[in-house]
Amino acid sequence: MSVKHALLALLEQQPMYGYQLRVEFEQRTGTTWPLNVGQVYTTLTRLERDGLASAEGEDAEGHLIYRITDAGRDEVATWFTTPVSRTQPPRDELAIKLALAVTVAGVDVGTVIQQQRSATMAALQDYTRLKRQAGSSTVAPAEPAEPADLAWSLVLDSLVFGAEAEIRWLDHCEARLRRAAVERSAAPTTSAPASERSTR
Amino acid sequence: MSDAILRLTAVTRVHGTGANEVHALRGISFAAHPGELVAVMGPSGSGKSTLLTIAGGLDQPTAGAVSVEGTDLVGLSPDERARMRRTSIGYVFQGFNLIPALTAAENVALPRELDGIGARQARDEARRALEEVGIGDLADRFPDDMSGGQQQRVAIARAVVGERRLILADEPTGALDTETGEEILRLLRARCDTGAAGVLVTHEARHAAWADRVVFLRDGVVVDETGSSPVELLTEPAAR
Ligand SMILES: Nc1ncnc2c1ncn2[C@@H]1O[C@H](COP(=O)(O)OP(=O)(O)OP(=O)(O)O)[C@@H](O)[C@H]1O
Ligand SMILES: [Mg+2]
Repeated sequence: MSVKHALLALLEQQPMYGYQLRVEFEQRTGTTWPLNVGQVYTTLTRLERDGLASAEGEDAEGHLIYRITDAGRDEVATWFTTPVSRTQPPRDELAIKLALAVTVAGVDVGTVIQQQRSATMAALQDYTRLKRQAGSSTVAPAEPAEPADLAWSLVLDSLVFGAEAEIRWLDHCEARLRRAAVERSAAPTTSAPASERSTR
Repeated sequence: MSDAILRLTAVTRVHGTGANEVHALRGISFAAHPGELVAVMGPSGSGKSTLLTIAGGLDQPTAGAVSVEGTDLVGLSPDERARMRRTSIGYVFQGFNLIPALTAAENVALPRELDGIGARQARDEARRALEEVGIGDLADRFPDDMSGGQQQRVAIARAVVGERRLILADEPTGALDTETGEEILRLLRARCDTGAAGVLVTHEARHAAWADRVVFLRDGVVVDETGSSPVELLTEPAAR
């Protein structure tokens, strides 16, 4: 995640100090991607070094306030208008784990899939509970009034759809492994015992 | 817990005989408690609909026991079972199953009228149920003049009318878009939050996640279950 661009985008609204930036970020994204204050200050120092933001003195309580520069505004505009790159998908630990599980002898792939599906389903239930709390109306889905609340509920939806996609993919893997096992046992020429047990 | 609204004990259902024998359910035990929504997931043919029709008294198990609010469904006469279906059990079908010649209100009132309560009272209850699902203004419309989402709301109103405490829904969000599907889930959830027990069959993990527990079926057996902590814990706000 680009902490740099997220903070710059927040600074575009108004000058802020470090802790304030963290609060604003978490209002929009919950604690999904926690930012520690140290990380915020390190990033602010780099933004200043690169001429994208400038420290403009302290407020009454002694907080160091940062303001975005013109170069910073250009940087934010470019960030918003450039699609997130899909050419280099982020490393997906689960896909890698399954890719290895189906090839390494002695791994019970069926159990790997089942345990993961339970864990992902439990996470999906958690996200859904958070959604219910966010919009507690019983009939119509409550439309969040505040832009920051809307942002948070869209982030939750993103987590929900992501978990759902993972479960669908796991179901798909399981079905394919079962079919492969049936085909292997139907084919008289293959003996392939090594991967037979992998599909339970 | 003994106060389950629905309890299946070691239920087996075999279709056909000999070479054509299909074991749709193999010794399933399953319960749904007041205030609880349980989702049932699993591949096609794993026995989800069979489980639901048996829970709803629409089909009989080959072996095992089924009880609804403490009454043994298997031991009832067909008439008694039909009565139980009208008074205690609400069933939501994937295809809505509304009667096209009746208005929304008449569709909802029908099971109550069959039950012998006065037409006036049945109509009042129906209107209240339609309001509860957010379409009180469509009471006099015919099903053909409603969208799929609206028809499904009528079907849910029909399933909950008259204080029925067991709601069974088989793919109730089947043909609906993501937002309409979510509204249907909110309705089922709200009904369970007021004390009913719900069982929801679905292929969509996103919808199953509205449930307190998710049961996975495979070849007629329960292979996995998530969120199996007691209902009391699940009513607490998520600890995050
Ligand atoms: N009346 C019947 N006669 C014979 N076999 C049946 C009958 N009803 C169901 N079956 C079989 O029982 C098994 C379970 O069917 P069921 O309808 O419960 O599956 P399901 O999980 O609901 O599937 P889907 O997701 O496709 O709706 C299947 O193999 C099905 O072919
Ligand atoms: Mg079915």
